[in-house]
Amino acid sequence: MSEDSVRPAPKHLAAVAEDAQEQPARRDWPLWEVFVRPRRGLSHGHVGSLHAPDAEMAVRNARDLYTRRGEGVSIWVVPSYAITASSPDEKDAFFDPAADKVYRHPTFYEVPEGAAHI
Amino acid sequence: MTDVAFVLALGDDALIAAQRLGEWSSRAPSIEEDIALANIALDQLGVARLLLTYAGELEGQGRDEDALAYLRDDHEFTNVHLVELDNGDFAVTMAKLLFLSAYQKPLYDELAASPDERLAGIAGKARKESAYHLDHSAQWTVRLGDGTEESRRRMQAAVDRLWPYTYELFETYDVRPQWTATVEDVLARATLERPADSQAPTGGRHGVHTEAMSYLLGEMQVLHRAHPGARW
Repeated sequence: MSEDSVRPAPKHLAAVAEDAQEQPARRDWPLWEVFVRPRRGLSHGHVGSLHAPDAEMAVRNARDLYTRRGEGVSIWVVPSYAITASSPDEKDAFFDPAADKVYRHPTFYEVPEGAAHI
Repeated sequence: MTDVAFVLALGDDALIAAQRLGEWSSRAPSIEEDIALANIALDQLGVARLLLTYAGELEGQGRDEDALAYLRDDHEFTNVHLVELDNGDFAVTMAKLLFLSAYQKPLYDELAASPDERLAGIAGKARKESAYHLDHSAQWTVRLGDGTEESRRRMQAAVDRLWPYTYELFETYDVRPQWTATVEDVLARATLERPADSQAPTGGRHGVHTEAMSYLLGEMQVLHRAHPGARW
């Protein structure tokens, strides 16, 4: 259950599904990423991952693992293999150019008092 | 006024079910299921504490939840046999939970409207938990029943083995029509056969238990009996 579980080069969807069918043992239960919405008006945020045989059980497992202290009002689960992640090798090309462009940051006006979630 | 024996019987069902489910802790087939079963065990324990505390007050002899849980012998417990039976394999555990929660859900639903406000409050809290226990066990029953040849064989064996013990559930409070509708629906979705009605073991409500009960109580009560009043 770590960020490492989202790998930059995911196996092809069909290949993973095929593996799962060939070996239905516990160790081959697919991995699911869990997103929880803490309350109305906020977005779902990634909270972790888990193993489950299918989507329905993944939602139930997520309920037990991540919302047992009343942390959420809604849960999404997504097969980890469906996530395409950026590669650590491309970090510089992806993110560095943004650093020196101050005009992209909304720092040139005052945020009105009482405006939440900005 | 609410009958002490009735509250005690429901409390004992929940307590013994919690103790059995707790045995899966660190031994479940997956860490996710481990936590799910522990959660369900804690739900049952929570309800057991409320019911036993209330039973002790109704009885009026100064016994609290601990006295009732730890200082009674097996013939003084009035839980049904279903909850005390060994866990068996995972299929047996799921069948036990399915049969139990399909009974507790309509039972608590009805008690939530009881004129006894204390009991209604406890049932109102417990019914939501029972709905989840029912959902969890139904999901697994369907997956195992309609799964591989091996999982189907085990699930059917579990249902067959436990079926006779389900009649006893309704001796105290008859919600068998709701129970039957729920369970038959799950079995149909799981492509499992509903066992034929047969002779039913009985006696739990009168303190007559299976051999498994003594071993269960031995483990549950040993610490409290060896160190009376022990605290963390």
